[in-house]
Amino acid sequence: MEKRVLFRSAWLPWALIAPQLLIIIVFFFWPAWQAVLQSFQVEDAFGMSTEWVGLQNFQQLLDDPSYLNSFKRTALFSILVAGSGIALALVLAIFADRIVRFAMVYKTLLIVPYAVAPVIAGVLWVFLFSPSIGVITYYLGELGYGWNHMMNDNQAMALIVIASVWKQISYNFLFFLAGLQSIPKALIEAASIDGAGAWRRFWNIQLPLLSPTTFFLLVINIVYAFFDTFGIIDAATQGGPGQSTSILVYKVYQDGFKALDLGGSAAQSVILMLIVVALTVVQFRYVEKKVQY
Amino acid sequence: MQVKHLALAASLFAASLAAQAQTEIQWWHSMTAVNNEWVNDLAKQFNESQKDYKIVPTFKGSYDESMTAAIAAFRSGNAPHVLQVFEVGTATMMASKGATVPVAKVMKDAGADFNPAGYIPAVAAYYTAPDGQMLSMPFNSSTTVFYINKDAFKKAGLDAEKPPATWPEVFDAAKKLKASGHSCPMTLAWMGWTQLESFSAWHNVEFATEKNGLSPNGYKARLKINSPLHVKHIDNLAQAAKNGEFVYKGRGSAAQASFTSGECAMIQTSSGFYGDVAKNAKFAYAIAPLPYYPDVKGAPQNTVIGGASLWVMAGKKAEEYTGVAKFFEFLSQTKVQAASHQRTGYLPITMAAYELTDKSGFYQKHPGTDVAVNQMVRKVTDNSRGIRLGNYVQIRAIEDEEMEQVWAGKKTAKEALDAMVSRGNELLARFEKSYKK
Repeated sequence: MEKRVLFRSAWLPWALIAPQLLIIIVFFFWPAWQAVLQSFQVEDAFGMSTEWVGLQNFQQLLDDPSYLNSFKRTALFSILVAGSGIALALVLAIFADRIVRFAMVYKTLLIVPYAVAPVIAGVLWVFLFSPSIGVITYYLGELGYGWNHMMNDNQAMALIVIASVWKQISYNFLFFLAGLQSIPKALIEAASIDGAGAWRRFWNIQLPLLSPTTFFLLVINIVYAFFDTFGIIDAATQGGPGQSTSILVYKVYQDGFKALDLGGSAAQSVILMLIVVALTVVQFRYVEKKVQY
Repeated sequence: MQVKHLALAASLFAASLAAQAQTEIQWWHSMTAVNNEWVNDLAKQFNESQKDYKIVPTFKGSYDESMTAAIAAFRSGNAPHVLQVFEVGTATMMASKGATVPVAKVMKDAGADFNPAGYIPAVAAYYTAPDGQMLSMPFNSSTTVFYINKDAFKKAGLDAEKPPATWPEVFDAAKKLKASGHSCPMTLAWMGWTQLESFSAWHNVEFATEKNGLSPNGYKARLKINSPLHVKHIDNLAQAAKNGEFVYKGRGSAAQASFTSGECAMIQTSSGFYGDVAKNAKFAYAIAPLPYYPDVKGAPQNTVIGGASLWVMAGKKAEEYTGVAKFFEFLSQTKVQAASHQRTGYLPITMAAYELTDKSGFYQKHPGTDVAVNQMVRKVTDNSRGIRLGNYVQIRAIEDEEMEQVWAGKKTAKEALDAMVSRGNELLARFEKSYKK
């Protein structure tokens, strides 16, 4: 017989999920609804006069070639951030998992960046790579490589990717470490007895068992790259040189919070929201099939 | 022990009573480092000068951040009394009638001593509505000036006592500095403000239609910065950048640190940079007027205003407005104005403060500190009164983006300036739409 839990009460289940629902409504649905509303309006900064303009905000964005270019940039940026962030964190987690002595020290050091605010992370890396006073710039110069991310597009992109990955790596590391430690020791030992080397054990046992964690982190990291990096970009490059590091979320922040163009900014955030919804659907439909729980 | 606690409690209670009797005036500002100390000292002096009001200055981040914070606060009913707004935000503030109270009204209602005619014309005109009412209180007005490192000039065999006066001389000096081994002969801060806005006014050429946005129909203004003179100038800078004679150091004020550190020998930036240079530069420096192109008729004219003014937010109690008026009265005192000017390098905002500073011999003792004033007090023309355009924060960002592509060699000066005009005009059209009522 099928085993089912039934709630006989009509109101109890609703009451139990009410706090969660309330939080989602207040902090997600309501702001999202506001953004949708604002995206159809042109409004002055103080909200004294509001004019309904229909799809004009969207029309303007789609007519702007620099906005369209920003899609490509955002895709490149998020692939780089999510890809290298996950790969690096995995490597670090594997090493940290093997260490026996001073393990706590290493783990703590690896977790520290997560406590740093995005803007601070940006400023920190800008200092290291500053064309005039940066330590890393100086040594790169000694090696014969000129670094100036204010003039060079690729270097500017590299800088914000490094800063964003550094900031997020602790999060990824924590999940990978927890994942590795929850893999039953017996499996690894059995493989060792069968003569499997470290690489083989990783490839055939640990990595497949980590696939749910990796998938989760992929979703989280893409969302992070899309939404959480404007502070880093603002501190590091302000979207420049030209527009080479102006990814979609940075323009939302710049137009909305700095330039106070609320309608235009809201239209951009609606577009951004649609993209991320679409990406998440794709990830869960296609990528998730490769995941073994 | 008991007695001690009681005494402590009693004194705390007394202190809180005294604090309550005072009316607190919130003042949000964006002044950092040496200028932050200045703002705090002003508040302290005012608070000590009387007992009824207490000015509470709060640093709220950069100019755009504090403006955003105040707007968010206004929308939720917690705006500060006084907000420092940079000149770029002036058009937005002016258009937001109902969110602010004109400073002239605040002063009149409180019966305070206030004479708009005493202000330096270029400053007063910028913050005055077309109907003649002064809307915000001039506070830290700055203008663009030219700083040179005299030690570096000597080392390059240049006459350190005679800073280059024209652009050809600047490029020539940069070449010689480069030849003497200087890695950064010249840098420029606030690119849009110094190289397009001030540059236009200084050469008496139009920056935007409708008198640069200052006419009563200012919301209809459109950009005109792709004139042959603008193209020629940006092109010259691009050449200098290519030769390493002009080194781009980033947006906003980012370039300033490379002058105080001695890395760059020449910089054009705000006169408000003076306090920083005076305190931190470990070399001899000079302040000079902006260079100009000698073949342009009408050059040099005067430079445009930068910096910020103080806006009074709407929706406060009458008694609080009286406090604001008292504070503004304190700020406009000639001796306070003159002391501020001498300390920061910002413009003296009243003629009286300029005269007092002049009489005290300050300009003789600190050569070059009068450059900013001299650049501003000339007769203003329609092209030099200032620039007041809507959506200007975004337009400045466009100016930065397009110029960066010129320095990187990806666009020609003409292409970049044309793009600035067409992209900027779209934003101006949007502004016109949202404010035309």
